[in-house]
Formats: sequence, structure tokens, C-alpha cells
Amino acid sequence: MKEIRIHGRGGQGSVTAAELLAVAAFADGKFSQAFPAFGVERRGAPVQAFTRMDDTQIRLRSQIYEPDFVIVQDPTLVEVVDVASGLKDDGMLIINSDFDADKFNFDTKAKIMTVNATKIALDIIGRPIVNTVLLGAFAGATGEIEPESIMEAVKERFPGKIGERNAEAIMKAYEMMEANK
Amino acid sequence: MSREMNIDKSKMTVVEGSYAVAHSVKVCKPNVISAYPITPQTHIVEDLSQFMADGEIPNCEYLNVESEFSALSALVGSAAVGARCYSATTSQGLELMHEVLFNVSGMRLPVVMTVTNRAVSAPISIWNDQQDSISQRDTGWIQMHAENIQEISDMTAQAYKISEDKDIMMPSMVCMDGFILSHVYEPLVLLEQDITDEFLPRYEPEYTLDPKNPLSFGAFADPNYYTEFRYMQQQAMERSLKKIEDVAEEFYDMYGRYFGGLIDEYQTEDADIILMAMGSIVGTIKDVVDKLRENNVKVGLLKVRTFRPFPAEAITNVIKDAKVVVVLDKNISLGLNEGALFTETKSVLYNTDIRVPTIGYMIGHGGRDIKMDTIERIIDEATEVMKTGIKKESQFVDVREDLL
Repeated sequence: MKEIRIHGRGGQGSVTAAELLAVAAFADGKFSQAFPAFGVERRGAPVQAFTRMDDTQIRLRSQIYEPDFVIVQDPTLVEVVDVASGLKDDGMLIINSDFDADKFNFDTKAKIMTVNATKIALDIIGRPIVNTVLLGAFAGATGEIEPESIMEAVKERFPGKIGERNAEAIMKAYEMMEANK
Repeated sequence: MSREMNIDKSKMTVVEGSYAVAHSVKVCKPNVISAYPITPQTHIVEDLSQFMADGEIPNCEYLNVESEFSALSALVGSAAVGARCYSATTSQGLELMHEVLFNVSGMRLPVVMTVTNRAVSAPISIWNDQQDSISQRDTGWIQMHAENIQEISDMTAQAYKISEDKDIMMPSMVCMDGFILSHVYEPLVLLEQDITDEFLPRYEPEYTLDPKNPLSFGAFADPNYYTEFRYMQQQAMERSLKKIEDVAEEFYDMYGRYFGGLIDEYQTEDADIILMAMGSIVGTIKDVVDKLRENNVKVGLLKVRTFRPFPAEAITNVIKDAKVVVVLDKNISLGLNEGALFTETKSVLYNTDIRVPTIGYMIGHGGRDIKMDTIERIIDEATEVMKTGIKKESQFVDVREDLL
């Protein structure tokens, strides 16, 4: 089983990202599960969402404390939330930032990767909404999921032009991370 | 006993638990939906409103009401004229319905209602436990708890079939843990329309309110009559014990899916330690059972799927050979320091020859997350009980001493 924890702020689409990842993982032939860290979310407040992927049906209902992968949507979060908490040594933390990974000092042995998802989103989607872009980055950096599955899930959720642009941004992030692996 | 299900993966889709329930309700073809939005039930009624707006539920009226009390009251009238009725609520909303719950069951109206289990105020908590539905234990509603979204989806259709049976005619509360199941995305087979049309025939009540053939529902019963109404409700509850099992079997035959009838069992055959629980915690316990079985710990799970009617015989049959029984409750009877499932399990054992040590844990209140290691620790303590006897009969799990 692979466990993914997504950190973001209310309004950044962390829950949607977790759900889309579950839809995409299932399309890839895995079983999946996505759920939010149920809070009284308000815009701007730190939030978490979780996705599990496995070859068999998932029964576990607890939150994720020892993730294989962590996705951080907003670099300002690292000052207020211990985003690397419990991250497995052989895991990976992907953070949306224009800095290089070595600028971050997390208490983890896991690999740190950065991607300037905000720039990709602004360039292609025209808005600084990075949740789908980071899923593309996740696919590229980890190889855990096919980018096409994510693109399909996003296009189904957001039909029309918005979905198309998101798909393009996903592919861009995927290719960048693939090249950096 | 847990059954192998060969569910065709190509028929599965990943949706939110609330959507799965709303879809099931649609497929069951209700005539009247009446509900008041409340977290975490909201997505169910939003999805149903969308179906209505899109014309996907023909011959149905969706009533916007000003409270949960009104929501269920409106269904009393609707069900009495022969409508198939649906509502959904949780927590304070369910408690506000309390008076009407008795009216629905007393008039023998087969309303089906989803409860997205949530803690009750005060203090305010929007998070999950099962205090809300457990507190409605004695209202004459069948009460069932689901472990995942496939089960709650399927249970919705089963509930109509059970409730509307002319030998039963009792309302059903189908319960899913709030957020944990209502807001989870996971794969399931959405309830099939073609099979359901065959499984669940049109609701045709024997008695309805009809101006051409006047009748009274719920009218005055003086001391000469009242007892018999209660007696007959109890008789119907007893008949529903078999009906619930039969409907689960019929569902299995037609749909190929089975999550138990009154109960379900997991690794109980040779188990020294048997855990009993209801709802989504069952999934986490199954993972713990598998893990401990690898270390030769003989532990099993008795899932209580039906809380009312209470499946006394089914439960005693499973736990009679265990060495310790551990009951997990997401509720508490304040002043007794026990959860309801624990109290009732002990009570059904008393007048039998079964003398199995039985301990209770109150867990997951107000959304406190339940981790695998917490369950493992409880099983460790049960192992001690097996050796040295009961030291503490019933207790809270994970009380934060630093806050007291």
C-alpha cells in the first residue's frame, strides 16, 4: 500500500487533489481511497487530505501518519506545519516552490523535490491553482501513477477548456519532474 | 461468515460515499424526499437535489422544510398515503426528530433514513461517533451500521425491502460513520437499476389514508389498547431478525454482494479473542486481525451490522467459545460508564451457560482518530485478561490526561 498526504491551505483544492488521485489510481488498475482530514475548513487555514493506493481493497480508515509521499501545495506552510512528520525514509516530499530542494531543511531522510507549480499554473491555466499541477509532478517524480490517468480524471471533473488547460499543465509538470528524477 | 465476493472491477467506479447513497436512493424510486441539511449529511441531500433538478427521479416530490422535526413529520403524512419516503440526517438533527421517530414507528410507516453518524453537542462537534443513533435505540426503528460505502449503498435498498415487508412495517435507520464514510472516495459498484427494479417491487401498503375509505393512523389508544400496539411492534421487530437475514441472502443471490445480515464474522472460528464493533472501525480491525494472525495471535472480529433488532442469538453463537470478548463502542451511557453494545452483549449472556470474560472500550468519540496500534494495544490488554481475569471492565480509550 502507498500512502500520500497532501498539505495545503483551505481553498487550494487539496481535497480535490486527493480525490482525483484516487480516481486516477483506480483507472490505473489499483484500489484507492481518498478523504480529507475533516476539519472546520476555512479559506487560508492549513488543511490535509489523504490518498491510499493498493493492489487489494482498502479497509483501513485511520488518517495517514507515516506517508510514503507528501505533497505540499504552499511553501509558506512549512513554517507552521510539520509537513515531513512521519514521512518514510525511502519516501519523497514534493513541494511547490521556486527554490531548489536544498534550500529546505526538513527533519527527514526522504528525498525532497521542488517544482514551481505556481508558475506552470499561471503560464498554462492562467490562475495560481496548483493542485492538479502537483499531481502531474507527483506522477513524474514517483512513477506511481500514469499521467494520462490523472489527466483523464481532471478532464472528467472539469469538462471543457478548464480541464484541457489543467491537463496540459499536468503534462508539463510531469515531464519536468521525469527529467529531474 | 465473511464471503468471497467476485465483484467485477469494470463495474466499479470511484465516487464519494454520500453520492453512492444518493444514487441508491434514486434507484429505489422514492416518492417523497424530505430532509434538512446538516453536516456531514449535506452532500447526500445536495446530490439528491441535483438529481431532482435534472429530472432523474420521476414521480417524486422533494420537500424543503425548515427543520428536521418538519422533515420527518412531513414523511409521516406522506408515508401514510402510501408514498415511499426517504430522509437523511445526523447528530442534533436526529435528536430533534426524536419525538417524530416514535410516531413513524408507532404508525408502522416504513420510512428509510440515512444517518451519517456524528457526535452530539455540547461541546459542538461535527465529527464522527455513534452517540446520535444509539440514543434513538428505543424508538422502534430498525438500526443498521455499514463498514464501507458499498455496504451503505446496498443496505439502502435492503432497508426498503425489510421495512416495507407486510410482516414487518417498521422504519429503518441506515447508519454510516460521518465523514469517514460520507466523505470518502473509494471504488464501488453503484446500485444497479435493473436488478433493483426486480429486487425491490413497488411499495403497496395494505392500509393508507384515503378520503374514500377513511382510516385513522396513530389515533388515541387508551390503557385498554396501548400495550397491544407496543407488543405488536416488538413482535414485528422479532420477525425482522429473520427478514434481515433473508433479504441479505436474496441480495447476495441477485447482486453477488454480501456484508452480513444481522452480523458478519471475520476469523472467528478458532479465535480466543473476539472483538465486537459496528461501522467503519470494522475495516481497521480487519487489518489488525490479519496483522496479528501472522504472529499467531488467535483474534477475530464479530461485526454487529444490525443493532436493532438486537441479534442476541447470532452474537451468543459466535462468542460462546471465545476466551475473551472485547466490545468497542463509539458511544457512552453517562452514569453507567459503558457503551450500549457492551451493556447489551453482557445482558444477553447472563442467563446462559456461557461465562466468557467480556470487556468494553469506549473509543473514537467526537472524531478521535482510531489507529491500528490503538486496536493492537486493546488486544494486548485482552490477552492479559485471558491470563489474569478482568481488572477493568469498561473504560475510555486514549483519554488525554494532560487536558484534565
